[in-house]
Amino acid sequence: MSMIQGKTGEWEVVIGLEVHAQVIAESKLFSGAATAFGAEPNTQVSLVDAAMPGMLPVLNEKSIEQAVKTGLGLNAKINLNSVFERKNYFYPDLPQGYQISQYLEPIVGEGALTLDLPDGSVKEVGIERLHLEQDAGKSLHDQHPSQTYIDLNRSGVTLMEIVSKPDMRSAEEVGAYLEKLRSVLRYLGTCTGNMEEGSMRCDVNVSVRRPGEDLGTRTETKNVNSIRFAKLAVEHEAKRQVAAIEDGGEVVQETRLFDPNKGTTRAMRGKEEAHDYRYFPDPDLLPVVLDAGWVAELKRGLPELPDAKKTRFIADFGLSAYDAGVLVAERETAAYFESAVAGGGARDAKQAANWVTGALFGALNREGVEIGASPVDADKLGGLLDLIQDGTISGRIAKDVFDAMWESGKDAAAIVEEKGLKQISDSGAIEAMLDQVIADNPGQVEQFKSGNEKVLGWFVGQIMKASQGKANPAMVNQLLRKKLG
Amino acid sequence: MARLNELTVAAARDGLAKGEFSATELTQASIEAMESARPLNAFITETPARALDMARASDARRAKGEAGALEGIPLAIKDLFCTEGVLTTAGSHILDGFVPPYESTVTANLWRAGAVMLGKTNMDEFAMGSANITSYYGNVENPWRGQGDNRALVPGGSSGGSAAAVAARIAPGATGTDTGGTIRQPASITGLVGKKPTYGRCSRWGVVAFASSLDQAGPLTRGVRDSAIMLGAMAGHDPKDSTSVDIPVPDYEAALTGDVRGLRIGIPKEYRMDGMPDEIEALWRDGIKWLEAAGATTVDISLPHTKYALPAYYIVAPAEASSNLARYDGVRYGLRVPGATLDEMYEATRGEGFGDEVKRRVMIGTYVLSAGYYDAYYNKARRVRTLILRDFTQAFEDVDAILTPTAPSAAFAIGERMDDPIAMYLNDIFTVPANLSGLPGISVPAALTGNGLPLGLQVIGRAFDEETMLRVAGVLEDAAGFDALPAFVAGR
Repeated sequence: MSMIQGKTGEWEVVIGLEVHAQVIAESKLFSGAATAFGAEPNTQVSLVDAAMPGMLPVLNEKSIEQAVKTGLGLNAKINLNSVFERKNYFYPDLPQGYQISQYLEPIVGEGALTLDLPDGSVKEVGIERLHLEQDAGKSLHDQHPSQTYIDLNRSGVTLMEIVSKPDMRSAEEVGAYLEKLRSVLRYLGTCTGNMEEGSMRCDVNVSVRRPGEDLGTRTETKNVNSIRFAKLAVEHEAKRQVAAIEDGGEVVQETRLFDPNKGTTRAMRGKEEAHDYRYFPDPDLLPVVLDAGWVAELKRGLPELPDAKKTRFIADFGLSAYDAGVLVAERETAAYFESAVAGGGARDAKQAANWVTGALFGALNREGVEIGASPVDADKLGGLLDLIQDGTISGRIAKDVFDAMWESGKDAAAIVEEKGLKQISDSGAIEAMLDQVIADNPGQVEQFKSGNEKVLGWFVGQIMKASQGKANPAMVNQLLRKKLG
Repeated sequence: MARLNELTVAAARDGLAKGEFSATELTQASIEAMESARPLNAFITETPARALDMARASDARRAKGEAGALEGIPLAIKDLFCTEGVLTTAGSHILDGFVPPYESTVTANLWRAGAVMLGKTNMDEFAMGSANITSYYGNVENPWRGQGDNRALVPGGSSGGSAAAVAARIAPGATGTDTGGTIRQPASITGLVGKKPTYGRCSRWGVVAFASSLDQAGPLTRGVRDSAIMLGAMAGHDPKDSTSVDIPVPDYEAALTGDVRGLRIGIPKEYRMDGMPDEIEALWRDGIKWLEAAGATTVDISLPHTKYALPAYYIVAPAEASSNLARYDGVRYGLRVPGATLDEMYEATRGEGFGDEVKRRVMIGTYVLSAGYYDAYYNKARRVRTLILRDFTQAFEDVDAILTPTAPSAAFAIGERMDDPIAMYLNDIFTVPANLSGLPGISVPAALTGNGLPLGLQVIGRAFDEETMLRVAGVLEDAAGFDALPAFVAGR
């Protein structure tokens, strides 16, 4: 458990998150308008989204399916009866004057998410609930010197609000929670998890207390749109609260805003948060009643999720927990890895894992390429692994071959052939090279004979140089010892 | 032959079918009637050019043998229905200049059946009122006058413009909406048949919302048969309204067999209110006698929670309205009164845009949904609503329809009761239970008061059993033989 050191002693930080995840769906929660990111303002707005008089919401069933899938993925209770309510408040980007949301009866109840912490340990964080709601539009303050413009493209887009229990104790756990949640959502195909596009945002609830004491007063920092910012918000807010209490003040229960430029939080004006939302069941909509059989069918159709995949990778491939965790974080990476291991003969899974997390990740990061668009696809990497395994090329040469594959998109075998990179495992050829080097360097031979074992490495280097790296290193070592006897 | 503008829907339909006159001639007669009746202020927007275009198109369809159920029938449309390309105001200043780019499902259904739009009728602002005295576009006058009394009377509300238009023989039929009785109550006091179908029977899509769980569109006509014909065209499942019900629309006209033998008609004792005028009490007794004479059995029943219906209604309806009317904020359409800040713009727009009655209900609704009051008011009202529905469900185990008076009084003078909103709310006392329970109700003109003003009787039916309700209403209509004319008849 991580603690914050204050002037007067240690403090424990208690954190809960409310994540707003945009549901992947063709249309909005209650209208047929499209939901694509980055469209021209007000081009994806139906009469319902603009709250024209007499317009009525009609529930998009895909949104329900996505919410239920997500609930199942979080091992949560699926509520077969749930109710949409109206949350009433005035704002120009909220055309109806209310947001349709779920309040007393959400579609998903309690569940859990297992965090993989950087030290290799795991921690379970409780999920309080998941409910569906409409997103609001966007106010554009930079289009006119004194007026605000409204873009309603997002108005009515389906969000899942996923509320955690106050189970996190550090910024690090908050990071792990968001990463894991995003991973699960992407596996399920229910949210892109793309925080830059705003398809995943979070509100961070923070309080501090002396170890063992009751929960302190919490603040809610709104609309944090990256994992890094969420961690910064926690750190700043915890320190601010500790300082406030230690200086004889108190923490005020309030809504705060994160300032990404300063990495700090500030209180919203009182008026912005003084809401009585007057929730009541939306009379335009019927209660959502799910069929238990339908839910069971969705459950059967769920993909293998990261936790299960990680367990399997450790068991089946003998990977370390760390490597398995890295490989399963993204569904596409895990699929790439499995496909690279599966093809060909008996490929070495650990070696495959090293190549994926090493050379491949390095190249992807360097070039900013998604794994799905990698010029070295899983089959090609598998081909490279086979050449290493059967001794055709050495591990060292393999790096060069990989780079050439990345550049050209060609198969490993073709490159090895083309560039003549085949490993020299012919003892006659190696012996000939050895004889030459020994004959040319009597001094070094002398040093070895007088007990300097390190010189052996120098000889190996000479041979590799002479063979342009192609000599089989194991054979070189073995023959060298024999010759120098 | 009667003047064309005085024909009923059924008579006009038959005359058109026989080729006695064209839709264009019929529509022209209604347009002239509409012009001559302007002192009633029944219309907010007259659409004569569109009406003639639609009538000519109707004649062309008929010539090709493609006549719909309402082919060529001119209708007045309550200004709560959004009509594509035609100003739609809901009787409110706040919708200034609002021309919908879409057509409500109910009116689209009517046009598909061949009907012709004469114009948009005046109404209480956002359908809030029982006397048509809250419209931004002014009061509507009832075409009826009391004997020896020349004071202008209210036509009832909120569908007062529609009621006046049909009663004054401008149009053979009109659409209305009924949230707490505001089709049936104006029908009763203007001598018309007014029907609220079962909740879910007609789509609410494109109808400006007042109280979503109570609003239901229905027809105002001069006869039960006309009511059946119009509902057949208006009703039907609409995937755009989640509360519209996906069941077939029966042939309502075919239900008018005139045969109520063996039917059991419930007479709820709780509708016998203290201080109810003797005339209404007497009319109710007449209604019982008429149905018994026709072979029905009347049964005393109890609907014990009736007395809570009105208070529950005046919590639920304003609560929903306070939220439904939040969209009128000056941002996207209608009136905008500028302000230095956003909040000032909201306050100025809504302050000027809404009338007193709308503000009163928005405030009541906001109050009853507020933290700390929610359980005491809104939640309790919801529970009362459940009990009221249970009363009806139990009663309908034993009876096939229920007979009650429609309204506690005949038309009153414009200006009366205006300073007492509670007294005004009492107009809905017999009609509100059907809204709270979602059941269909119909008012049939049954008699004149001593000073010559119409009074109606109400039949309440089982959910989605408008057929039995219409059959009973048809028998009452025949027995009552109501044929009085109002003081003002267009064109006379």
